[in-house]
Order: sequence, then structure tokens, then C-alpha cells
Amino acid sequence: MTILLFGVTKDIIGCATLSMPSSSEFGSKKSKTVKELKEYLGKMYPELKKLSSLAVAVNNSYANDDTIIDNFDEIALIPPVSGG
Amino acid sequence: MDFNRYQRQTVLKDFGPEAQQKLKDSSVLVVGAGGLGIPALLYLNAMGVGTIGIVEQDNIEITNLQRQVLYTEGDLGKPKIEVVLKRLKQQNSSTNFKTFDTFLTRHNALEIIAQFDLVVDGSDNFPTRYLINDACVILKKPFVSGAIQGFEGQLSVFNYQGGPTYRCLFPNMPTHEEIPNCNENGVLGVIPGIIGNLQALEAVKAITGVGDVLNGKLLLFNGLQQSYQTINFNLQPKNTAIKKLLKSYGSEVCEIHQSISVQELEKILKGQELVQIIDVRTKEEFINFSLPQVKALNIPVNELKGRIKELNSQSPIYLLCQSGTRSDMAVRILEELNPELELYNIVGGVDRFLALHN
Repeated sequence: MTILLFGVTKDIIGCATLSMPSSSEFGSKKSKTVKELKEYLGKMYPELKKLSSLAVAVNNSYANDDTIIDNFDEIALIPPVSGG
Repeated sequence: MDFNRYQRQTVLKDFGPEAQQKLKDSSVLVVGAGGLGIPALLYLNAMGVGTIGIVEQDNIEITNLQRQVLYTEGDLGKPKIEVVLKRLKQQNSSTNFKTFDTFLTRHNALEIIAQFDLVVDGSDNFPTRYLINDACVILKKPFVSGAIQGFEGQLSVFNYQGGPTYRCLFPNMPTHEEIPNCNENGVLGVIPGIIGNLQALEAVKAITGVGDVLNGKLLLFNGLQQSYQTINFNLQPKNTAIKKLLKSYGSEVCEIHQSISVQELEKILKGQELVQIIDVRTKEEFINFSLPQVKALNIPVNELKGRIKELNSQSPIYLLCQSGTRSDMAVRILEELNPELELYNIVGGVDRFLALHN
């Protein structure tokens, strides 16, 4: 599973993409939802939990908390940005 | 209309004189004449949009010049709206301009936006972005949204022909602590140029019906990777049910009104014995170094909520930190806790005091 990071999530996690191999704690779980992914990432990167409006896309489509994800999916974390 | 002027685009089979006439008949409001607004304005005006509105109240500052390429060194200190209007008139004398020398607020947004067919959001803060969304939903106007941060940009057309809105992507406004806002953001100068130009393109497509509008799609641009990624998203019907604006969108003005320069504060300190200055740095920082000329009470920013009773609400409160960022946050925190307080952020903080005297 690859997670593409945008905006402030890139600063929080410290890189532009995050790989979750299927051997990792989260990657090896059988059924996974966006909500579980957010909780997992929130534990690893507590600053992420502060983001009240964080959009998550799975394979280039906006995903809800209950969207199911698997190890081949490409995830994107998209916070709003405000600069002009 | 002088079709010869627009010949290079009217000759296009998919554009033609019909699309040109639609541009001529259209009216577009550009909110903000900054990094995004300037390229959008220049191209919309060049391409022949008949009526262009501009909302802007800032003056030109030296830090704008790196990305706001219409302004020159000779324009420093002048109101943006005057400089931009003069230049756009020179560029295309047949455009009808409507200028609004104000910030967009919940009191004027509906009245201003109602006069236009489409809005281009080139604002630089979340409160204005959510205000534009809600006002456009109420008035059933599409808006082309562009936003930038660092080396990245986002672009989408919201509320277009029954399509999704900004709140369908980002339901709630982030707080000031979550995501950097306004001029705290770094941005590489050319990034707003790219996104602002794409906004002009989407505006022209939305007006003329030529091509596919970025409706229900969010474009993510990453300048470092030179990558463009499109995310599809759907309408959440509850977001089009907005009937009136919120009571407050927070501070709609990016520039903090309740601020005071170090020079101004020093004048006040000379004239008065008791000036209430709250130093919101940590206890350690406060003990380590305090300005000799300032008698301040130390309440670290994270303790403000619990210690608000220590403040004298009857006299002005000046907030100080090392560089002016935490004290700005302190102003917002106190403002929320007690809207009656008279609060001033000391711009530049301790660093500015030191710079002034060294």
C-alpha cells in the first residue's frame, strides 16, 4: 500500500510518500477501512489527529471512513490548503 | 466587438466567435489580487471577459513581489486595487471593471457575488474560502477555486451545474492551529502563477462550455515532482442546502487587524505607566530573556485558557512572544474566550524589539 502525502501531512510525516508493506502491522491486517488507516496513522503521527478536515482518496476517488482498502491500493491524504 | 483582437482564439474550431461572444457577455469576480488573482485577472482580461470584478483591500508589500508579478518596486505601499485596475485598463480598454475596495465579509459577500456569473477564488485564508463557498451555494453561482502551499497547488470548480461544493471535499473549516494560514505559509513564487493561470482556463471553459470543466474533480499539482493528479469526488446533497451564511467565519481578513508595531508600542510605553503586556512564551524562555523596557506578565500560550482571570479585561491587552506567531495565536484564543477583550498582537515580538535597538 502506498500513501501519497500532500500539504501539511507531508510536513507531519516527513516525506512525500509512505509505503506500508503487507508484512507491516497494518499491511498484514485482513480487512481494512479508511477509518482504521486513519487511526493507525494517528497513533504513529499524533499531529495527524489534529486535522479536522482531512480528505482521503483511494485510487484517485474520494473515500469515506468505511471505504475498504487493500494492499494494492494507492491512498492519498489531502488536507485543504489556503494560500493565495 | 473587435474580433480581430481575439482572432488567434476565435480561429480555433472548438472555440470560435460564439465562445468569444459568451466571454464578452460574461461577468467574473476575482476575489484577491494576489498570487493567484493576478495571473487569473491578466488572462481573463486579455481573453476578453466583458465584465471583471475585483475584491481587494491590501497594500503592496515587499514580500508580495516574489509572486505577485504585476506589481513593481515603485508600487510598494500603494493599494493593490488601484495599481491592478490601472494596469488592467491599459491592457484592455473595452472591459467593464467593478472594483470593491474591501475584504469580502459575511456582510458584503452576497451583495457583491450576486452581481457576477462566476467567482474566481484567489483568497489566502480559510475563512474567506468557506465564506465564498457558502455565498456561492446560496446564490447558485459556480466558483473556480485555487489554493497553494509550498510547492503544491489545488484546483477545482465547485458548485458548477449541480456539482459538488468545497464542503463536499473539506466539510469543516480547519482551525488556526491545524494548518498554516495566510502569510505564515511559504510558497515558491511561480506556484501561484501556475495555479492562477489554470483558474483562468477553468473560468473560460465554465463560461463558454468549451471542453470539460474540472467539476467533481480536484487537481493536485506538485511542482517538485512535476506531477498532476486528479481526485474524483461526489456531491453530498446536504452541502447544497445552505440557506444563509454562518454568523461568523472567524477572522475573514488575513492581515490581523488587532496588531501593533514595536515602534507604536514603544510610544505608548513612554506615555503610560501601566500597559498590560502578556508574554506568551514558555516560562523558561521568559526567565532566560526578557526585554528590560517591557514589564510583562508571563502566561504561556497553552495556559491562557486556565489563567484568563489574571487579565484585566477593562484595559487593552498587548500580546508578546519571540517572533509574533504564538502571540497571534494567543489573540485568536483570547478572542474566542472573550470577544469583549481589546487585544493587540505585537508584530515581530521580542526579535523585532531587539532588531530595532541593535
